[in-house]
Amino acid sequence: MENKVTNILLVGVGGQGIILASEIMADVFMEAGYDVKKSEVHGMAQRGGSVSTHVRFGPKVYSPLIKEGEADIFMAFEELEALRYLSYLGLRPAILLNEQRLNPPGVSLGNEDYPADVKEVLSRRAGKFKRIPARDLAVRSGDVRAVNVVLLGALHSFLSIPEKTWTDQILKRFPPKAGPVNLEAFRLGKAA
Amino acid sequence: MEKRILLSGNEAIARGAFESGVKVAAAYPGTPSTEVLENLGTYSGAHVEWSPNEKVALETAMGAAFGGARALAVMKHVGVNVAADPLFTLSYTGLRGGLVLVTADDPEMHSSQNEQDNRHYARFAKVPMLEPSDSQEAKDFTKIAFDLSEKFDTPVMLRTTTRVSHSKSIVHLDEPVIPPVKPGLIRDPVKLVMLPANARKRHPVVEKRMEEAARFAETFPENRIEWGDQKVGIITSGISYEYAKEVMPEASFLKLGMVYPLPKEMIKSFSSRVEKVYVVEELDPFIEEQVRALGLVVEGKSSFPLLGELNPLLVEKGLKNLPSKEKEEPVQKLPARPPIMCPGCPHRGVFSVLNKLKLFVTGDIGCYTLGFLPPLSAIDTCVCMGASIGHAMGLDKALGEEALGKVVAVIGDSTFLHSGITGLLNVAYNRGAVTVIILDNHTTAMTGRQDHPGTGCTLRGEETFEVDLVKLAKALGVKHVKAVNPYDLAAVERVIKKEVQRPEPSVVISRAPCVLSRRERVVSGKPLSVDSDFCAGCRSCLRLGCPAVAWVKEEGTNVQGKRRKGRAEIDAFLCNGCTLCAQVCKFGAIKGNDGK
Repeated sequence: MENKVTNILLVGVGGQGIILASEIMADVFMEAGYDVKKSEVHGMAQRGGSVSTHVRFGPKVYSPLIKEGEADIFMAFEELEALRYLSYLGLRPAILLNEQRLNPPGVSLGNEDYPADVKEVLSRRAGKFKRIPARDLAVRSGDVRAVNVVLLGALHSFLSIPEKTWTDQILKRFPPKAGPVNLEAFRLGKAA
Repeated sequence: MEKRILLSGNEAIARGAFESGVKVAAAYPGTPSTEVLENLGTYSGAHVEWSPNEKVALETAMGAAFGGARALAVMKHVGVNVAADPLFTLSYTGLRGGLVLVTADDPEMHSSQNEQDNRHYARFAKVPMLEPSDSQEAKDFTKIAFDLSEKFDTPVMLRTTTRVSHSKSIVHLDEPVIPPVKPGLIRDPVKLVMLPANARKRHPVVEKRMEEAARFAETFPENRIEWGDQKVGIITSGISYEYAKEVMPEASFLKLGMVYPLPKEMIKSFSSRVEKVYVVEELDPFIEEQVRALGLVVEGKSSFPLLGELNPLLVEKGLKNLPSKEKEEPVQKLPARPPIMCPGCPHRGVFSVLNKLKLFVTGDIGCYTLGFLPPLSAIDTCVCMGASIGHAMGLDKALGEEALGKVVAVIGDSTFLHSGITGLLNVAYNRGAVTVIILDNHTTAMTGRQDHPGTGCTLRGEETFEVDLVKLAKALGVKHVKAVNPYDLAAVERVIKKEVQRPEPSVVISRAPCVLSRRERVVSGKPLSVDSDFCAGCRSCLRLGCPAVAWVKEEGTNVQGKRRKGRAEIDAFLCNGCTLCAQVCKFGAIKGNDGK
């Protein structure tokens, strides 16, 4: 995987900590010696809308956006949002699914149905498929907001970057007293 | 060790301005430009301000540059429309200290009302424009722009797009420099006083300057040729360069760092040495048309879309002439997830009342524009900053009695101070029977909560004067000004009903801080819950469009014997106890956690 550019697509809902996860990830790849680019859209995204962030690393990266059909690793923070970005998946990608459902407005109002078969669809497309109860694990680590760090722990197993590079960057992102909780969240994600 | 860091394009522009020794920087927040000034505010040394609007921001930067200091003005693409008046004549006056105007365009309209291509402004206002492709260039080009501004005695525009502003890539940091020009008060009326006699003298200077800039462009190192396979030659700039490099790295490239004026000789010589020339650019055929005007044959908008932003796949399809494969259909039609007002948002109560009263609502730019979406569905116009008031005035003057009591304008506090004041002044002056609701959440919310003249706080977080909206509205000539608490639905309805019937100007100020504010809080933060024994399944609470309230399909009856098809449920994680749902519940089913 090291000789080519690796494409990671993160999708979910505004407010789930996706942008922070992608920031930590990008720092990790830079520290590991790679060229890195990442892209997302700010602004209206923070209002509970659908969010996607592209992270790419390798010897030299040009486009900050992943070409459709070329995501190597797909991290879905929310089940419905996973389906929205299927066209980005590469051949037999590694898929990480946070088993969490957040109802969009149409479903909350009872006008639309939440799709039922997310896991089947994803498992058919995946080379490797990991389902993670990240919200439960985050609660177990001591902070429900640590869903993103749990998922970084799970991502770690798909890549060959030293664990210390991850934990160093995670510690850098949080105030000292939040350090242990986030390290625990990372560990739980890694073990999941 | 050399310092490398991951920066967004916007953060890199801030760093570039800092390294250039910028003295004054001014902006009005607007996606995707906002982070430039936010970030510059983390460096010491410069005066960094949120101006009330983009015109004021540019004029402030101009004053600083007239005084010999380096100055930066930053805005989103539509902000340049507001600042266009000073820009076009600044092109005539020139300046002493370098002045860089950053325009952050938004192809695809991720967070904008149009996708205008601001490269046209460079040509229209006759100023040079640079366009970076990544964060390193965003920093470098900012510094080059200051140098060119002083070299050619002209403002220089730096144009980014969303994908440059909001992408991160690795940047090498340098130390700040001391600018070459010494600040000071120097009179130069023939150059700075643009009355007709002086302006006539300046126009030929502008034309000569642009000829010189065009000659400079021929040898400007950031206009560079990367030779590859000579079957295909690609003329491109900005983010499009990265996409083209990604999908056809073997081609020859003419990479333009300066998109206006263009290096015509360089373009001709490049084109003559490749078999086929493509111009890859987002939005309008700005480069393509100028290249065609040189008599060259190129592929451009015939191969790449005119609308929206490009991406690697679109560029690949255009360059390789791939058949446009059917877009992979999602397995099923998915429920949409548009941005929505936050749980506890102070705008929600006002919009639920506007919906209930079936008013025609002239809208404006801000979070409250989300009141357009169902179930609130209570915005009928939205065009640009401040327009809501003019729209309501025009409707009143056109329709008279027919519209009385049926129309209301809504505008946020930041938007009102940006360009609503003059609209309201007009309503008072020309006696409009217009009611304006100022949705005062004490911040510029949509762009991420920036301060403005009504918050009592500066960009750097220092305390300052806070404009009083009630006194301001009265000073403009509005006699009837009422403040109302948007979390009191009955009061909101009573006040709006009364004010819209008034055959004179009136203002309602809906006053409560943004629910995301870190400084102020009025909602309890204690989540409410639905007592499912009492819920009659009437859906009144759901019509508020709060993300914390959801419908659970489940036929049955409540304790009062009401048959229901389902019941409401509140997500305690999302709810922050604003109580609107409890106020609209006729069955007393929604309670606080203390049982009240």
